[in-house]
Amino acid sequence: MSSLEHPLYNFEITHAPDAGGHFGRFGGRFAAETLMQPLLEIEQAFYAAWADPEFHRERLDLLKNYVGRATPLYHAERLTKLSGGAQIYLKREDLNHTGAHKINNTIGQGLLARRMGKKRVIAETGAGQHGVATATVAAMFGMQCDIFMGREDMARQMPNVLRMRLLGANVIPVDSGTATLKDAVNEALRNWVASCEDTFYIFGTAAGPHPYPLLVRQFHTVIGQEARAQILEQAGRLPDVAIACVGGGSNAIGLLHPFRDDLDVRLVAVEAAGYGLKTGKHAASLAAGKAGILHGNLTYLLEDDEGQVLGTHSISAGLDYPGVGPELALMLEEGRLELDAATDDEALTALQQLTRSEGIIPALESSHAIAAGCRIAATMREDQIVIINLSGRGDKDMDNVFKHLGWLEEKQ
Amino acid sequence: MSARLARVFKRCKEAHRAALVGYLTAGDPNPEQSQELLLSLAAECDIIEIGMPFSDPMADGPVIEAASERALAAGTHIQDVFHLSQAVRLANPEIGIILMGYANVPYVMGFERFAERAEKAGVDGVLIVDIPPEEGAICDEALKAHNLDRILLLSPTSPDERIHLACAKGSGFIYYVSLTGITGAEMGDIIEIQNKVAHIQSISEMPVCVGFGIKTAAQAAAVGRFADGVVVGSHFVNQIASQQNHHQSVAALSATAMALRAAMHREINAG
Ligand SMILES: Cc1ncc(COP(=O)(O)O)c(C=O)c1O
Repeated sequence: MSSLEHPLYNFEITHAPDAGGHFGRFGGRFAAETLMQPLLEIEQAFYAAWADPEFHRERLDLLKNYVGRATPLYHAERLTKLSGGAQIYLKREDLNHTGAHKINNTIGQGLLARRMGKKRVIAETGAGQHGVATATVAAMFGMQCDIFMGREDMARQMPNVLRMRLLGANVIPVDSGTATLKDAVNEALRNWVASCEDTFYIFGTAAGPHPYPLLVRQFHTVIGQEARAQILEQAGRLPDVAIACVGGGSNAIGLLHPFRDDLDVRLVAVEAAGYGLKTGKHAASLAAGKAGILHGNLTYLLEDDEGQVLGTHSISAGLDYPGVGPELALMLEEGRLELDAATDDEALTALQQLTRSEGIIPALESSHAIAAGCRIAATMREDQIVIINLSGRGDKDMDNVFKHLGWLEEKQ
Repeated sequence: MSARLARVFKRCKEAHRAALVGYLTAGDPNPEQSQELLLSLAAECDIIEIGMPFSDPMADGPVIEAASERALAAGTHIQDVFHLSQAVRLANPEIGIILMGYANVPYVMGFERFAERAEKAGVDGVLIVDIPPEEGAICDEALKAHNLDRILLLSPTSPDERIHLACAKGSGFIYYVSLTGITGAEMGDIIEIQNKVAHIQSISEMPVCVGFGIKTAAQAAAVGRFADGVVVGSHFVNQIASQQNHHQSVAALSATAMALRAAMHREINAG
């Protein structure tokens, strides 16, 4: 392993799940028999690749020269002043190629797919960011690409649908169930069962059956590892709080995992409170869910008393998911993770605040983290530090935001 | 293996035919009509698989997915699934009854309570699509304690290690998925299915039932020549969705099942 050394990144797998992919009582591999062998093959390919310096050389070369990593850690002084309190630093995942953190993962899984000789990739997408990141990697690697997307999400993220098409991907609308992210996952799984021989399923978040929660985390820890080194360099100390929004949990685990053993750093996950946690119309599976099994893993789920999965609501398509990654579920139960939530309105306000104060337009998903991050910073001292994961940029959301602000009607 | 399932397979073997395994989703299109439909199908089958409706049936194609949606929309609860099973049992003391579904419904209920209720309702075995042998720790003990067989799946992608694993951890019978795909898709290549089934039969004494994609009498007959059981699902569910009214659905189910059964007989006798 001595050739696996890098000045910035660390390749050690810490807090690994057990051999069956369980994080404590969560996680696992609750998959149909037809998918067991493909999943086992991906697991083997992942461990082999992860131990191979050549894999990391290729991956890190792409992350640097194609994606544009390392992303900056930006001291948002005007936002700090506006919130009043702790110093706010933004981890600028919005500056990645394709505009969100998602590409860290699709580069990793794309390389795995290529190593495994797969000719076609498929993915689910909610906000369309994972779909765009998958279609991008497919274009770069010359692979066929099909993206499953709920029809409701297609309507609210049309720019991303068109980008995927431009990139050569086939976007397949999903009408079943609630026509959002969970149904897109169902449809992608159905397709994969029938196509696994030549197809790699690039799963978009740190959930799903083992090994996805593990490998998605490993591909995203570049976020937290960079942020840790950057804050030590810029401020000479670790942050007091690290905070990220949670849909399935990939940007959150990517930022938070490298701080997990820094016990003085508070780790905060921000869920989508939709119209408010009390209304029942939200997507806060950690705050309001119960243990359950969906999409291959045991985790917190929004479900009724008989285990039927409930529809969710969030203004942001990327957070509109009734489950959450198993590792975050475990961290919550262990008391290592704090929960927070932001409503649709709070996210919209935060989006405007960051835009006006810093000239940065965040994605609606990331705006949830901004809202909660500013609120928490306001309760802290000026010599303290909060790092917020700015997981993506807001271009894809502009139509949706203008509609909510009522600007589209008054324009004419 | 549950004594009743053992008797079912023994009877079929003595009659030189494969068992006909019929599937319907409980509560489709609503709990009341579902009972009559299940009874009509059960009268012609050796084993009946009763689907537990779930909001996210990931391994099912559009036909069974729609059945699940209809059942849930009509207010089908897990208690209805047990009531329906019990009704089938009362009318058919010697039929095999299998509950089929996804992990979350029994998990949320608690496997112990679930297994207790299922046993009371006269169920013989349970097939949970998304609990592979490796995850059996959450349910195996409870099922065993209540004399329920744990039916496991094998598929064209299962290598020898997995065949051994399923045969060691499963009981009742092996459900061989004839294709790499979801329910209701086109049946796989018959020669490949036959080879794989023969291979599984060489590894284990357990009966092997073949399902997914079997629709026509000819297909049922062809598979019934080498398999211990033939599972038909989407094709029966379609009889509910495609008929004008409930009476026609009841009649169509019965006629369809009878035709399949007759075809399976003829082929065996001819071969
Ligand atoms: C910008 C952005 N942030 C966050 C998310 C939520 O996903 P996750 O919780 O996996 O980071 C998404 C998902 O689409 C996204 O596009």
